[in-house]
Amino acid sequence: MPASTFQPASAYTRTAIGLHWLIAIALAGTFALGIYMPDLPLSPQKLKLYSWHKWAGVSIFLFVILRLVWRFGHRPPALPAGMPRWQVRLAEGTHHLLYLLMFAVPLSGWLMSSAKGFQTVWFGVLPLPDLLNKDKELGDALRQLHMLLNFSMAGLVLVHAAAAVKHHLIDRDDILARMLPFLAHSGAKK
Amino acid sequence: MKSNLTLSCLALIASLLHAPAAQAVEFKQFQAAKSSLSFVYKQMNVPVDGQFKNFRARIAFDPAKPTAAKAEFEIDLASIDAGSKDANDEVAGKAWFDTKQFPVAKFVASSVKPLGNNRYEVAGKMSIKGKTQDLATPVTVSQQGDGASFDGSLVLKRADYAIGDGVWADFGTVANEIQIKFHLVATSK
Ligand code: HEM
Ligand code: HEM
Repeated sequence: MPASTFQPASAYTRTAIGLHWLIAIALAGTFALGIYMPDLPLSPQKLKLYSWHKWAGVSIFLFVILRLVWRFGHRPPALPAGMPRWQVRLAEGTHHLLYLLMFAVPLSGWLMSSAKGFQTVWFGVLPLPDLLNKDKELGDALRQLHMLLNFSMAGLVLVHAAAAVKHHLIDRDDILARMLPFLAHSGAKK
Repeated sequence: MKSNLTLSCLALIASLLHAPAAQAVEFKQFQAAKSSLSFVYKQMNVPVDGQFKNFRARIAFDPAKPTAAKAEFEIDLASIDAGSKDANDEVAGKAWFDTKQFPVAKFVASSVKPLGNNRYEVAGKMSIKGKTQDLATPVTVSQQGDGASFDGSLVLKRADYAIGDGVWADFGTVANEIQIKFHLVATSK
């Protein structure tokens, strides 16, 4: 396999893989909770779920920072040489946009909570500063924004995942296996 | 008649000289628009601000005779703003204030004890939702011109009045302690 010629950059680090999946799973759960919770009738359970959603979102935000710091120190492996230019651009553009959204989504949630007059107290212990004063209209607008960013991210993730699966099943390259090493087509050990 | 006349002359002179009013004043005209009644409760450890918009007080306070002071206080519970529309709808319901059955909360002071430094301890009975409890709170009185403001804060335990029954009875989501802050203004005229 040609991968062996680029030994150091031929693979994602374990850390990068770990963070990718940790954040992906956490995002999926937080997203589902976000969809589920607003329509519940007000109850202690609902207040708990809102808090958990906010705590999870803030935690994800911190993991995304960690992930970016790691990313700056560890370039991703190069894409296969035979891949068309537009595909490489599209893949990289999607990744950058996903990084941006992974920041913007929790940030918009935090701002929305501030504007709605509900501070975020991380895990019930650490109060985050309220960046905005209570303002109902702004709060409603930020909810729209939070939703819009969320659905943009969800759409992009679907495209991203579909592309990964397409690489695996149709192109039969090792792109997906770089993120899921046990899927490697060849038995070759790196 | 004669002494009345002298008194008013003296009062006139005193006010002309801008001397501090040494004569007995009684603050008893409650100024609703200048007063406020707010609270902070905690849900999931998140402090949330709220307030009551409609309340009335009958106050009669003579700084020279504080122990003779009278105070009565009524709150229209439906005028609550508990931080969001959801919360406002919820707290009007049976589990919380049950404002249909019990629209008004009432406090009647029974004793006023000077603590020095314009501070007083006001004790009395608080009735909410058909339950009456003893309540005492420190009050700071400050006078400006012909008005006086009465400020204080106290912690009220919601469970004492069955505010937040049933599924809400557990303090894990909404804490028992409600921090209350009042600012009441009364004038002498
Ligand atoms: C990064 C992770 C996050 C994801 C994936 C996410 C996802 C979502 C989704 C899909 C909704 C439903 C949209 C709607 O119906 O309004 C939602 C609602 C909400 N999110 Fe997030 N969110 C995240 C982070 C945050 C953070 C960090 C906060 C606050 C600190 C937050 C606060 C809220 C609130 C309060 C709502 C409910 C809005 C309402 O009912 O008015 N979210 N979230
Ligand atoms: C919330 C969900 C997800 C987010 C936010 C996300 C985000 C990202 C980002 C930003 C990268 C670029 C990493 C870098 O090069 O710095 C990446 C890579 C990758 N992701 Fe995801 N991802 C998600 C879910 C998925 C899923 C469900 C799959 C598979 C079905 C997947 C497969 C991959 C693969 C194979 C790569 C490596 C691409 C390459 O080698 O260039 N991801 N992901």
